Amino acid sequence: MNLHEFLTPPAQNAKRSGPADKTVMSSRVRLARNLKNFAFPGWAKKPERIKALETVQKAVSALPEMAGGYADSLDHLSALDKQVLVERHLISREHAANGVGSGLALSQDESLSVMINEEDHLRMQSLQPGLQLRQAWAAIDAVDTALEQRLEYAFSPELGYLTACPTNLGTGIRVSAMLHLPALVLAEQQINQIIQAVNKLGLAVRGLYGEGTEALGNVFQVSNQMTLGEAEGDIVERLSKVVAQIIEHEDNARGTLLEKKPKVVFNHIGRAYGILANAHSISSKEAMNLLSLLRLGIDLELFPGAHRALVDELFLVTQPAHLQLGYTEKLSAEERDVYRADMIRERLRTLSRPITPPTPGSALDKPDPA
Amino acid sequence: MVCMICKQNEAKVHLTQMIEGKIKKVDLCEECSKAKGFDDPTGFNLADLLLGLGASQEVAQAAGGETKCSVCGFTQAAFKKSGRLGCAGCYTCFGEGLEGLLKTMHKGTRHLGKVPQSLRQGRAAQERIALLQKQLAQAIHTENFEEAARLRDELKALKEGGGGVLTA
Repeated sequence: MNLHEFLTPPAQNAKRSGPADKTVMSSRVRLARNLKNFAFPGWAKKPERIKALETVQKAVSALPEMAGGYADSLDHLSALDKQVLVERHLISREHAANGVGSGLALSQDESLSVMINEEDHLRMQSLQPGLQLRQAWAAIDAVDTALEQRLEYAFSPELGYLTACPTNLGTGIRVSAMLHLPALVLAEQQINQIIQAVNKLGLAVRGLYGEGTEALGNVFQVSNQMTLGEAEGDIVERLSKVVAQIIEHEDNARGTLLEKKPKVVFNHIGRAYGILANAHSISSKEAMNLLSLLRLGIDLELFPGAHRALVDELFLVTQPAHLQLGYTEKLSAEERDVYRADMIRERLRTLSRPITPPTPGSALDKPDPA
Repeated sequence: MVCMICKQNEAKVHLTQMIEGKIKKVDLCEECSKAKGFDDPTGFNLADLLLGLGASQEVAQAAGGETKCSVCGFTQAAFKKSGRLGCAGCYTCFGEGLEGLLKTMHKGTRHLGKVPQSLRQGRAAQERIALLQKQLAQAIHTENFEEAARLRDELKALKEGGGGVLTA
């Protein structure tokens, strides 16, 4: 089946909802596993890689969870296809660079994905909308338990699951939540304090596409770093607690900003709307940052009737690879910026400009006694 | 701290390298580090970048002279360069040297999480055998031969029946 026929259309994708999805865009748990008696993918010779790929592909496709899913070798996908998968967080940027001897399997609802021969023989993830870290862990734990009946993993009783990089050793788990934190960024960089505090707890804060990427659109990924010497459940709980606290800080920051600096907030959101609704050329980065403010405006009910899914869809379809999908000829960056602006203007055509709520302290703020 | 090259800007890039057995520290500002090519990761030991500075030395020490994995032929030098190991066997071959590294990057050095089911059963059987052997010694010691005979039979059955699991 063609990948693009398989993937959920962006509009539908953006409508997926989950607990606390105002702040938590998605929850993810991934496990790293390797086969016993095979060299790790980065060191294995090509025939060995291919043999490992075939072994894993067979076991994965036999899973009931993968019924009706998508599976292919990466050499059958174009660079554009792979970039689309990266933008959907279904494969890593590293995996997108792989070809022959590497593979991918997705469940029908795309909540499960297995990268084969990335850095490890298996990198499996459960991706859920909203704050569902425990559910994501339970889902991927079940897949892993089913796979261990069919595959012999490299495991040591002392060191746990053996991984190509010692940083993933032990549980091989990475638990992460994608957070939209516009108010913490607006509130005089309170975000930096949060990042420092989170780092001190041994957790990492990264940008939208993981390691070494920028926090575009005020989106941050919080994840565990340590994988050895702690059980999976404890790691999931610790991260859940930290995320709950960050949500609270973001909510507080929104409240404080509205109370103390309403004009600053309305100014940011109004300008974001103005540019997005009228621009004729816009870069991916600028679009992300302004869409983030639009999302905040919708959360604050400055756009009555508008739904967050509108912005979440635009977040996805304005990414370079998704934008290119609509065109047969290869677009230059300049052309993409123009087409991106055209698309955003069109989508926002029916969105009225933000309302101006009464600011506290002004006469308008007092409700009519009648 | 100011940059060692321009002596004007604040040093933001701090490098420590082992050169001919001596530790060398360099503190540079962003501009000078770029100019000198220090922002180019290929010029450095990736193990240092990925695992923290000094990691590659620790790995070298840890291997204790063992420079090649006996299972897959992966070399210590390759690990220093990539920060990745070659196969599961590398953890045994370079084991001692890795311990220090694991201590710095993880909460502990012993796995406390999930165990594959096939090994879980083996582990439980092993624990049961150890317990029975202890009880058997105790029974012989107290001259409780009836109990000793029962324990011996149970042990025999476990060892025969569970043999496949134990070697798994």
